[in-house]
Amino acid sequence: MATDFTARGADLELVGIRKEFPGFVAVDNLDLRIPAGEFFALLGPSGCGKTTTLRMIAGLESATAGKILIGGKDVTEQKPHQRTVNTVFQNYALFPHMSVLDNVAFGLKQRKVADPAAKATAALEMVELGHLANRRPQQLSGGQQQRVALARALVNRPALLLLDEPLGALDLKLRRQMQIELKAIQMEVGLTFLHVTHDQEEAMDMADTVAVMNQGRIEQMGAPEQLYDRPKTAFVAKFLGQSNLFVGDVASADDTKVSISFRGHKLTAPADRVEKRSGKIALGVRPEKTMFHEQKPAESADHNLLGPGTITDIRFTGVSNQYQIEVPGIGEVTVFAQNVGKSPVVELGAEVWVSWKVEHSFGLADLPSGEEEAE
Amino acid sequence: MAFVALGGSAPEVAQAPRRTGGRIALLLLLPGIFYLALFFLTPLVSLVLTSLKQPDPSGVIGRYDFGFEVGNYLYAITQYLPQILRSFSFALIATVIALAVSYPIAYFIAVKARNRPLLKGILLTLVVAPFFISMLLRTFAWKQIFSNDSWIVNTLKDIGIFGVDSYIIGTNFAVIFGLVYNFIPFMTLPIFSSLDRLDLRLVEAGSDLYANPVTTFRKITFPLSMPGVISGTLLTFIPISGDYVVASRDFLGGPETAMMGNVVEANFLRIQDYPTASALSVMLMAAIVVLVSAYVRRSGTEDLL
Repeated sequence: MATDFTARGADLELVGIRKEFPGFVAVDNLDLRIPAGEFFALLGPSGCGKTTTLRMIAGLESATAGKILIGGKDVTEQKPHQRTVNTVFQNYALFPHMSVLDNVAFGLKQRKVADPAAKATAALEMVELGHLANRRPQQLSGGQQQRVALARALVNRPALLLLDEPLGALDLKLRRQMQIELKAIQMEVGLTFLHVTHDQEEAMDMADTVAVMNQGRIEQMGAPEQLYDRPKTAFVAKFLGQSNLFVGDVASADDTKVSISFRGHKLTAPADRVEKRSGKIALGVRPEKTMFHEQKPAESADHNLLGPGTITDIRFTGVSNQYQIEVPGIGEVTVFAQNVGKSPVVELGAEVWVSWKVEHSFGLADLPSGEEEAE
Repeated sequence: MAFVALGGSAPEVAQAPRRTGGRIALLLLLPGIFYLALFFLTPLVSLVLTSLKQPDPSGVIGRYDFGFEVGNYLYAITQYLPQILRSFSFALIATVIALAVSYPIAYFIAVKARNRPLLKGILLTLVVAPFFISMLLRTFAWKQIFSNDSWIVNTLKDIGIFGVDSYIIGTNFAVIFGLVYNFIPFMTLPIFSSLDRLDLRLVEAGSDLYANPVTTFRKITFPLSMPGVISGTLLTFIPISGDYVVASRDFLGGPETAMMGNVVEANFLRIQDYPTASALSVMLMAAIVVLVSAYVRRSGTEDLL
């Protein structure tokens, strides 16, 4: 087999990838480039096409149109066993009739790599399961199986490692622990990781770059901080964390600031944080950037102010309190307040004003769904 | 336990039995134990005793006295060695052919038609359909199809493959063909049931780990279908070893194709030599138990799931 196996990761490029299933389009003209050695997360709700994308890269699904390049080489027509790609499957897909060691050595044996047993043992030791090499997969716990699956893929030093919701079946504590380990392993081996998940916290925690996918398209791509701080579409604003969104017509726009009039209130965002500067636009702010006041604060140019409103719900989540504030004529606003000792700060039903700094506002390129008809 | 493989589904990982359940389990087992004692152990003891009987001094045909005539076994072996060997070789050949025919059928229904319930249902019905008609009738139908003035034989003669006095009925071919035909459902269904439970994601994992389709089949699909293959081969091999219909002269057999079942039948029902017939039956049973245990141990089904 004339396949070259790189010791380090290779970059992946998807050019106009499209996948049609009878009756619907799962992936719609996707362009994507992942540089070598990067930890890349493809994040989206179930049914958004992220797993289909991953399966096309692995070769388990054929693309309807477009090209897949790994390390600059076109692999679109290659069968899965010809691609220098390995997958950690969602359910691990460990072979039940083989020992843990044979599972890990499987890929090495197929490629006729010298001394597969020693390399497999080393890989098992890397995931701290060397002592379980002779067990059967079904004798291991979920977390251990997950590590075997990881070792089985990593031992081949693939140009690209695909992870299909690999932590989905683990409980929360184990999942957090595996996230840290996975990230550490990726940095240690220097391979390119493509991680598919619907868990936004997981994606932001581990990935260098996150692409948010929705309905077969990538909505937005960037570093986690950047995506969180500056979502460009309503979908990203809502899927990646929570957002308060306000829709109104642009009242004034200059080089530094864009303001909308929102049901009698003026809301402002810095011009460089706004995607669209005319017509009807959506302005948003993250709930933890907002604060409330029991007395009406003085109006100022560098704050946006809404209110007065009534606290309708207080949810205690440990590190913070989440308040729902109903402002008459405006709707619901969510405020997160850090739990710093005196909670709840205000009682249910109290009258409060909500404010946030202008610099924390962001303007979206589109409107939240249902907004156009409602107005 | 050798016959674990017969129960199509693989045994689950054993749960620690709860103490309170023990007595109830015993109670539930009672009817089965009673049934086995009455209808299996009693006849078995009777069969062994009969196999050791000696002829009655009166000399009346079919009359025997209790004794310890081990010579019956020696006589049975020396007299019927060709039939004994033929039984096992026919059973082996027919089992191998049935496996070769059934595996692709089972694979197609379980894997290729997995997401097409209608097709799957139709195909499964077709596999089971022969059971709707008596096995005797079906075997008899083949006797007609292969008979000396049948279309098949005449055509073979016309195109020169067959000589003027060639025939099919009574040949080894006819008997093995009939055996394979009759036992294909018994081979197909257990294999289907194994392959139906095969997690196709494991096959994908195999191809993801650089195994080409042939290797994936050899290393993953086939080993995981072993419980079905073992059940199927046992359900085929054992009954064929003792089959007395297909090889009988009334059906597809001839004077040169008699198997152990035919000999036992003849000794019991025609010659009335009960001790020899019993000795043959006991030997057949013992041979099958030995062969099957060796087979199951070698194929290591206990490793599977």
